[in-house]
Amino acid sequence: MTTRLGSIAVAVAALGLLVALPAFAREYSVALATKMLIFALFAMSLDLLLGYTGLASLGHAAYFGVAAYTVALLVVRAGVSSGLAFPAALAAAAVTGAVFAPLALRARGSYFLMITFALSQVVWSVAFGWRTLTNGDDGMPDVVRPNFGFSLDNTASFYYFTLAVVGVATVVLVAIVRSPFGRALRGIRESESRMQALGFDVWRYQYVAFVLSAAFAGVAGALYAYYNRFVGPEYLYVIQSAEALIMVILGGAGTLIGPAIGAGLIVFLEDFISSLTQHWVLVLGVIYVVVTLFAPRGLIGLVNDFRRRGAK
Amino acid sequence: MTWVIHILNGVAFGMLLFLLAAGLSLIYGLMKILNLTHGSFYLVGGYIGLTVMQVTGSFVLALIAAVLAVALLGAVIERFFLRRFHLDELPQTLVTFGFLFIFSDLSLWIWGGNPLMLNVPHIFQGSLPMGYYAYPYYRLFLIAVGLLVAGGLWWFQERTRLGTMLRAGVDDAEIARALGINVSLLFTLVFAVGAGLAALAGVLAGPVLSLYPGADFEVLIFAFVVVVIGGLGSLRGALAGALLVGILDDFGKAFFPQFALFTVFVPMAVILVMRPTGLFGRQ
Amino acid sequence: MTALAVVDVSKNFGGVAALSGVSLTIAQGERRVLLGPNGAGKTTLFHTISGNVAPSAGRIVLFDTDITRLRPDRRARLGLARTFQITNLFPRLTVLDSVLLALDGAAGRGMRFLGSPAGDRDMDAQAHRLLERWGLAEVAPRIVRTLSYGEQRQLEIALALAGEPRLLLLDEPTAGLSAAETRRVVAMVHELPRDMTIVMIEHDMDVAFELADRIAVMHQGRLIAEGDQAAIRANQHVTDIYLGAE
Repeated sequence: MTTRLGSIAVAVAALGLLVALPAFAREYSVALATKMLIFALFAMSLDLLLGYTGLASLGHAAYFGVAAYTVALLVVRAGVSSGLAFPAALAAAAVTGAVFAPLALRARGSYFLMITFALSQVVWSVAFGWRTLTNGDDGMPDVVRPNFGFSLDNTASFYYFTLAVVGVATVVLVAIVRSPFGRALRGIRESESRMQALGFDVWRYQYVAFVLSAAFAGVAGALYAYYNRFVGPEYLYVIQSAEALIMVILGGAGTLIGPAIGAGLIVFLEDFISSLTQHWVLVLGVIYVVVTLFAPRGLIGLVNDFRRRGAK
Repeated sequence: MTWVIHILNGVAFGMLLFLLAAGLSLIYGLMKILNLTHGSFYLVGGYIGLTVMQVTGSFVLALIAAVLAVALLGAVIERFFLRRFHLDELPQTLVTFGFLFIFSDLSLWIWGGNPLMLNVPHIFQGSLPMGYYAYPYYRLFLIAVGLLVAGGLWWFQERTRLGTMLRAGVDDAEIARALGINVSLLFTLVFAVGAGLAALAGVLAGPVLSLYPGADFEVLIFAFVVVVIGGLGSLRGALAGALLVGILDDFGKAFFPQFALFTVFVPMAVILVMRPTGLFGRQ
Repeated sequence: MTALAVVDVSKNFGGVAALSGVSLTIAQGERRVLLGPNGAGKTTLFHTISGNVAPSAGRIVLFDTDITRLRPDRRARLGLARTFQITNLFPRLTVLDSVLLALDGAAGRGMRFLGSPAGDRDMDAQAHRLLERWGLAEVAPRIVRTLSYGEQRQLEIALALAGEPRLLLLDEPTAGLSAAETRRVVAMVHELPRDMTIVMIEHDMDVAFELADRIAVMHQGRLIAEGDQAAIRANQHVTDIYLGAE
């Protein structure tokens, strides 16, 4: 019970800090925090698949990027209002997931990794290659932010908009992982054959998890398109997928708070290191190797180990 | 006649893919490691070959140096970073992913961001006249090397004691151990050979495809498609898949340049639906 | 009434025959034990009945329904439950969550996105009754992998029983258990409703003879003898296999 009260206190304090942030932080920090929130959602969406269902996807940027491009194409090419593009982007990401899932779910383990990777690179190659539609690697600028009667053009207002969207998405995610459906996903992660023997149509659960995961990644992707007012093929690239993966692992797969913290940390490190050197990709690679060797269960795992040792 | 040219181009590219996919497939078959660093082995191998050729002027020396250096690199990665996660898929994949990024950035640092071409070796300059067309000797040389390696690997797997061990190990590591096979040494050896083959592909590709940042990721995707089509762990599958993907890609680039990858991706999707373990993979 | 009919089932693994033309008919309420040396094909037979392995030939009929082509989960929903030889649990979930999953699976109601898993009072009570009944109430909040081996085997059976199956397959339920734990499992099986059909693989002859109405003996993928205790004890072929050159 005390741990539960403790977590509630921490959650309230964190929320208070997040709400108050623009009052005391510099504009640059508020923008960075906005990016952290977006990637926290992206990482949590991947964790629904990786940490809860036990399916390691190496191509999660596909859904993130499809949503971002949907926003850009609708706003820039079709002149749709930016706010309306948001649900369309979410739907596009979910549909992409719904189409890719049957292919990827034919396989498990390494094959699953490989297929999700290959599928995401196909999407990337379309964004990169179809210059007449997407401008190829030049990307698409002029993605205006939505206006719901109040402007989101200044940093603080967009921060609050992002906080609200990510907050709602997080509440829904928490509800999902704590529901009977979420429990079934964890059961599937632990033993597919046992779940089948208990009467679960494992494939259907994995499929729904895949599509949900893609949809939440889509929410993050659409936010990111607004955030940068720009989309480019790098949103879909393997490095984006890889960052999401390491955010989840670094924080601790199978929890929602872990990937959110991992995301914050990676976004911060990328920003910090990029201000010092051009070799962020090198550092990212080293983080991969170091985390896998020394903290395979992530920061949450380290904290738990520490607590257990303290308890003894 | 143009379609003959396209097919020859496709086969030549297919042979490069085979060199990559054979290693990827053998490493997976024996150790169940999905080696993402394979793309780096290709690119770093190519760059090393380029540097050696610039210094010595010898294509043969470039080939040998690149293959040996990258094979050694592969052995080190297997020994010190992958061995400890034996049969634990996710950490192995993450480590190889990490090295893919590390080598990608290091080679950008060392060799810069511009595409670099290797010179075609003197004896293969020029083209074979074929009616109205002419076909470069170098690409015919690529096809020959691919066939030679395929034959060599087949001979190794079917006719040598080490090859028998390899097949036993692919079938069942426990059995291999019970037969008194030094599995640990075999793992390192296969990883090194796979890395060396990727480096060979990198050097050979240098005069045709050029070397540039991002090529590591690109060829990796192609190699993945090849093994998904052919089936992980199967040499025959790697060859069949590589030729299919090579030819499809060439036709795709010629006829649908904006959607080139689709022409290889669609058959992959079809095969996945019909046979998730690939054409020659185990069910 | 016939609970389970295995009709001329064969299974080849890459040219090796694991099962050759096995036929079995098991009446409702019968307790049948499968005997046979390792590699006789008993577990493969179980896998074909539960749907984890597709037979190369033959049919499987569960209470008049041909289930040969059904997936394992469809078979489970028709009232077939099984345990696994190598403990197949949810190592990182709690015992209570495991049982709740088993109840959800049997009722086909796992696809619920709202509501806390522990909030459903009826289900919670049902789960606790089950755990109480199988002597696992005290370990309900524990993480499965922290249980003792004996407790894990008990949970394995409790999960299979959660859906009140019509046909229960037990794959070596007493393997690796102490004498006391074995007695507890035997008592568990005795307590099950008499109309529940049970097929079990068992190596312990005492357990086999105590629980079985009838016994079937397999050898090298074939069914070589069937009958009650006396008939099996008297069967020369069976004695040869167990005492002979095997």
